Amino acid sequence: MKFLDEYRDEALARRLADRIARATTRPWTLMEVCGGQTHAIVRFGIDRLLPPEIELVHGPGCPVCVTPIEIIDRALELAAQPRTALCTFGDMARVPGSGSDLLGCRAEGGDVRIVYSPLDAVEMAAAEPEREFVFLAVGFETTAPANAMAVLQARRRGLRNFSLLVAHVLVPPAMEAILSAPDHRVQGFLAAGHVCTVTGWADYHAIARTHRVPIVVTGFEPVDVLQGVAMCVEQLEAGRYTVENQYRRSARPEGNRAARATVDEVFEVADRRWRGIGVLPRSGLRIRPELGDFDAERRFGPVHCDEEAESPCIAGRILRGRAKPDACPAFGTTCTPEHPLGAPMVSSEGACSAYLRYRGTAGPSDATESARP
Amino acid sequence: MSGPTPFEDCPAPAPPQRILLGHGGGGSLTRSLYERVFAPAFANPLLDARHDGAVFDLPAGRAALTTDAYVVRPLEFPGGDLGRMAICGTANDLAMCGARPLHLSASFVLEEGLEIAVLERLVASMAGAAREAGVEIVTGDTKVVERGSGDGVFITTSGVGVVEHTLPIGPGAARPGDAVLLSGDVGRHGAAIMASREALGLDTDLRTDCALLWPAVDALLAADLPVACLRDLTRGGLATALVEIARDAGVALAVDERQIAVSNPVRGLCELIGLDPLYVANEGRFLCIVPEARAEDALRALRACPVSANAVRIGHVTASPAGRVTLKSAIGSERVLHLQTGEQLPRIC
Amino acid sequence: MCLAVPGRVESVEGSDPLERRGSVDFGGVRREVQLAFVPEAERGDWVLVHVGFAIARIDEDEAERMLDELERMETGGDAR
Repeated sequence: MKFLDEYRDEALARRLADRIARATTRPWTLMEVCGGQTHAIVRFGIDRLLPPEIELVHGPGCPVCVTPIEIIDRALELAAQPRTALCTFGDMARVPGSGSDLLGCRAEGGDVRIVYSPLDAVEMAAAEPEREFVFLAVGFETTAPANAMAVLQARRRGLRNFSLLVAHVLVPPAMEAILSAPDHRVQGFLAAGHVCTVTGWADYHAIARTHRVPIVVTGFEPVDVLQGVAMCVEQLEAGRYTVENQYRRSARPEGNRAARATVDEVFEVADRRWRGIGVLPRSGLRIRPELGDFDAERRFGPVHCDEEAESPCIAGRILRGRAKPDACPAFGTTCTPEHPLGAPMVSSEGACSAYLRYRGTAGPSDATESARP
Repeated sequence: MSGPTPFEDCPAPAPPQRILLGHGGGGSLTRSLYERVFAPAFANPLLDARHDGAVFDLPAGRAALTTDAYVVRPLEFPGGDLGRMAICGTANDLAMCGARPLHLSASFVLEEGLEIAVLERLVASMAGAAREAGVEIVTGDTKVVERGSGDGVFITTSGVGVVEHTLPIGPGAARPGDAVLLSGDVGRHGAAIMASREALGLDTDLRTDCALLWPAVDALLAADLPVACLRDLTRGGLATALVEIARDAGVALAVDERQIAVSNPVRGLCELIGLDPLYVANEGRFLCIVPEARAEDALRALRACPVSANAVRIGHVTASPAGRVTLKSAIGSERVLHLQTGEQLPRIC
Repeated sequence: MCLAVPGRVESVEGSDPLERRGSVDFGGVRREVQLAFVPEAERGDWVLVHVGFAIARIDEDEAERMLDELERMETGGDAR
C-alpha cells in the first residue's frame, strides 16, 4: 500500500540505522513524544536496530494513559444512567476507573457504544432524540478538530441531546513540564507528526531554544522514526538544537489552518490534570462557554479531579521518560493487560502494554507455563 | 362469483413467519418446524430414522470427536454465514486431527422472533457445506429462548471422523528444526465480518475465507508426508495459533512476518481501525508443521489444492525458550508474539 | 497517540465547507471521510485520515523527494 510499504522497507531501514551508528560518538537519550511512535518502535523492533549509545524513552503522548481517573469515573456514571448513552473510541473502553471499566459497565447493562468517529455519535444522537448521548472526547491536538466539528455539526442540526465529556490535552505544555523537572534525562525529542500536522510547530521553537534540545517532527513508520532519530542525533552531535521536520509529506510549519480555526471556534485553552503527572497549567482544552450546551460537565455537573491516591504503579515516571516499563516491580506480575494497575498497561500504545505485547518478559510466554515435555 | 362462501371467512391459520417460543416446546410446532425446515434440507437415512440418536458403524481406524459452538453477528456476511461456519468449523477441527469427517450433529438455539426465512437460508447453507464436505447431519436438536436472550441463532455442531493412518498428529509431535507452513493469506474472515457491521461505515469487496480444509489434509496424507502438527486459524488469528502451538508443544517458533501474506483490503481495514492482521480471525486457513526434509514436498501437495494454493513456509521450530514465538518484522528486526487481551476494538491511538 | 492512515480520495461531495466529504479508499476498503479540513483535496489526491477526518493532503512530490534523498544516502554514503 502506497505511503506505508515504502516506509517499511528493510534495506532503507538498515541504511538509516548505519547512518545513525556512523553519526553517534557518545550516549544520547531521545524521547518519542507520541504513543503511536512507541507502538511502532516495539512492533517493528526499531530500537533493536539502533547503536547501544542511543536510548529511546517513551513520552506522555497516550491520551488513554493521561486521562484522569475522575473523567473515567464520570463516564462510567453517565453510561449507567437510564436514557443516557456513553460513546467512546475503543481505546478508552478498557481503561479502569476507580472500580470498573466501560466494557465492564456495558456488561452490567450500561449503554456504552464504541465508535470510530465522533460524527458517528452525532448520528446516533440524531436518530434517538429521546436519549442523551455523551461522547468521551479524549485525545491530543490531532483529535481536537474532529471533536470540535462534531459540536458544530450537532449545533447546526439543532441537537439538544449531544455533549462532549472533554479530556483534551496539549503536547507543548507536557514537553515543557518534562524538561523543567530537575532530573530529566531527555536530550532530544521526536515530536508527534500527526499533532504537528494539525498545529504546525510555532510553539516548539521556544522550547528548543530555551532548553537547548533538538526537536524533530517525526512520522510513524519505521523509516520515518529512524530518519527522525538520525536527524536528532546529527543535531546533538553537531551541538545544534533547532526544530526540524522529518514528516514533510504531511506536516507543514503552519499546520492545518482550517482545522485549527475549527478548534478555536469550539474550545479554549484551560488547565488540565494529567493522570500520573499532575495539573499542568494551560495544558488542555475545554468547550467555550457560549457552546456550554454541548459540554457534558455543564449538563451533568463539573468533574473534580482530586490528588491521586498512592499506588505501586510508576506510570507517572514512565510517562515523563524517567523510567522504563520493565523497571516497575509490578510490570508483568501484578500489573498485566488483563488486570492493569495503571493506564499505560491498557492502551495498545501505552508503553507498558507495548513492552509486554511485543517484548515478552518473565511472564506467560515463559517456559514455566508449558506443561508438555 | 356471487359472494363469499362461508368458509372463506375462517381460513386455516397460515404457518408462522417467525420463530415462536412454542417452536421449542417439543409439541406440534416443534415437529412442524422440523418437517418444514430441517428434514428436507438435511435428509439422510440416519436422520430420517427419527431416533433419539444416530447408530452407525465406524470404518476401520481410530475415531476422532470434536464439538464447537458458533455465534456471529451479522448471521449472514459476504462469502458465508453462520450455517456454513458451523459445518466448516467442525469438519476442519476433525481435519486438524488428521481425521476424515464422517457425521455431524447440529443443535440450534433460536431466538423468539427470528424470521423463519433466515433460518431456512442458514439451514440450506449448512446442507450445501455438508454435501461439499461429504458428511451427513445425522442427529440434532432445537430449543427456543425468549426474545432478547439470544442473538438470532446459536448453532453447536459436533463431529465424528475416522483416522486412517498412524501418525500422532498434534503439538506434541513438533520437533526442533521442523518447518512451519501456512496455507494462505490471513485475516479475511475477521475483516469481512468487521466490514459488514454497519457501525464502521465501510464499503469493501472483502469476503470470508470460510472453507473446508480436509482436501488439503487429505493431500498431505495421500503423499505419505509425516505431518507433525496441524492447527486451523480461528478467532485469535495466526498469532494466537502460533503461541498456542509453542506452549502446548513446549517448543519455540521463529516466524518471518515478511512471508505472511495479507491482502490489501485486510491491511487497509486493519490500518484504518488499528488492528494487527496477525490477530484477526480466519475460517479457512491452517498451520502445518512437517520435518524440514519434507517441507518442499508438503508445499507441493498443499499448492495442488485450491484451498491451500498459496501455501508458504513462514518459519521453523526451535528448541527454546519453550512457549515463545519470535517474529521477524517487516524491517528484519525481532519481536515476541503474545496472546491478545480481550476483544479487538477499533482504536484511534 | 494518533492513528492516521493514508488513503486516496475517490469522490468529493458537498459544497458547504463544514460538510465537505468524500469516499476515500484504503487498499480496497472505502469509507466516507470528512474533507472540511482539506479544502484543497480533490479526487485522486492522497489524504491522511484520523477518526473519519482528513487532516492533511499528502504531498506526493515531497514524499518522492524525501525517498530520493534517502536512496542517494545509500550510494553517496552520507546525506548530512
